[in-house]
Amino acid sequence: MLVRPDRVHRSVYADPGIFELEMERVFGRAWLVLGHDSQVKGAGDYFTTRMGREPVIVARHDDGSVRVLVNRCMHRGSTVCAEGRGNVERFVCPYHGWSYDRGGALRAVPFSSGYSEKDFQKNLGLRAVPRVKSYRGFIFASLAPDGPDLENFLGPAKSSFDDFVDRAPGGELEVAGGVFKHAYQGNWKLMLENHLDGAHPAYVHASSVAVARGAPEPGAPGAEHYYDIAVRQMRQNGAPDAVWEAIGIWATPYGHGWLGDYHDDKRLIGGAGHPVFEEYRRRLAARAGEGEAERALRVTRWNTIVYPNCSFMSQFRQLRIIHPLAVDRSVVTTYSFRMKDAPAQMFRDTVAFANVVNGTASWVLTDDLEVYERIQRGFAAGSPEWAYLGRGHGRDADEPDGTRRGATGTSEIFIRAQFRAWLDYMSAEG
Amino acid sequence: MRIDEFLYHEARLLDTQQYEAWLELFTEDATYWVPLEQGQKDALETSSIVHDDRTLLELRVKQFRHPRAHARQPLARTVHQVSNIQVISRNDVEAQVASTLVLVEFRNGKQRLWGALVEHRLRRTGEGWKIAHKRIDLVNSEGELEGIAILF
Repeated sequence: MLVRPDRVHRSVYADPGIFELEMERVFGRAWLVLGHDSQVKGAGDYFTTRMGREPVIVARHDDGSVRVLVNRCMHRGSTVCAEGRGNVERFVCPYHGWSYDRGGALRAVPFSSGYSEKDFQKNLGLRAVPRVKSYRGFIFASLAPDGPDLENFLGPAKSSFDDFVDRAPGGELEVAGGVFKHAYQGNWKLMLENHLDGAHPAYVHASSVAVARGAPEPGAPGAEHYYDIAVRQMRQNGAPDAVWEAIGIWATPYGHGWLGDYHDDKRLIGGAGHPVFEEYRRRLAARAGEGEAERALRVTRWNTIVYPNCSFMSQFRQLRIIHPLAVDRSVVTTYSFRMKDAPAQMFRDTVAFANVVNGTASWVLTDDLEVYERIQRGFAAGSPEWAYLGRGHGRDADEPDGTRRGATGTSEIFIRAQFRAWLDYMSAEG
Repeated sequence: MRIDEFLYHEARLLDTQQYEAWLELFTEDATYWVPLEQGQKDALETSSIVHDDRTLLELRVKQFRHPRAHARQPLARTVHQVSNIQVISRNDVEAQVASTLVLVEFRNGKQRLWGALVEHRLRRTGEGWKIAHKRIDLVNSEGELEGIAILF
């Protein structure tokens, strides 16, 4: 047994055989977050990504539906679409010119006289990923033909996507502002186990908290500086222990979870009194109504994990997707979102926030990546065999909405929930 | 100091870990920019690998010296190879200078190679040249990069 109620065996992070099984049983089965509608607005728009290690194309079909196609020619296996994004009429394989339409159907094959059956093309369309669905504009897909439907899979975690969208005046979000791609020499699970961990900032981020505390003071409205958002955010990571303990942490079935927000800096969370935020609030209320605006802005969440491949900040408009490449190699893509119809300054704040929190050279992220790599090196040790996940164990409480809440905000309930889901995926046959 | 000598001096300060002295080469209103996208025009509505004003640049240098800066202790060893220096334009106040950077980084058993096109906007002051703006376009800025804890 590799997973116990309060501990996990080191091999789940270090054994290449287990990683292979994860690709088949976890990433081959679960709903994975692939992106957002705004990345494929019109017919023929596409972007490439991965589902686990499988290269896929997410494309808008002529009928308006989003298709997810395995990026592999049915003839000799080449990817038919170069990495990236764009708009195409046809996906044409570079090897022998087989061409496929936006829905993946095979349309033309050069030297077709070499094939005896006239109708062979029927079965040689690009392989479509069997299940594709979206929730509030976020695109999901599953490599498995059967399994829980998306709404059931997300369960109470739907509320974090709702929070993301409900904050936008008019309810529209769009991916904008560039995509960070960072890599680390460590297991994919390490990122998901870090993002709801309220006990790590004081230690991992000690140096960025310290330098931000020593920085010049951020300015009041009208006297602001470019550096303000970065300094304010780094300072917040040094919140007192009592704040982290009090913010609340929730886990859901299928391994999802979220952490309450720890910010008290009004400039970062758009508190009252700032002219840009007041304008934003007016626009939100005008579209959604005063009561709904009030309700939407009262939700305070930090990261939400959608297990096994996504982590996002509804309140700060950041979404990260993790791509496992090997047992000890992971790549993360980070997207920022613009709320359409919000004041332009709100998006500038989002970009400044992304740079300090998720930037590849950030004061903050670089220390997380360093620690992931040190964990990976530590788990190479054959003994001791177990890692301890006992913080708050035995004190998790069931909530009426189907979530489980940790005893304090720093409870490791979310990691235990991830491994419960992991064990379900990994131990189910077929 | 001639412009080429100034750029070599800057590189030498970085490669000998004299980061505080390096910081003094910048004007108070300086910006230091490592764009995320090729040909990036804007740093306010598009993310950057680094987009620092003088205050933020100073925080980077201070973090280098912090005993619990895990990704920076020990500091990476670097070699900045600056070449292909061209003065694009100059007047009595400023000079626009293009150069090529090849950088070798080594830390904790990992060696990395970086390449970049660099632009300096240098300003003439009573203390000689100062850097008013430095832009570093990495050839792999859009790649899947491991954490960056060095200065270009």
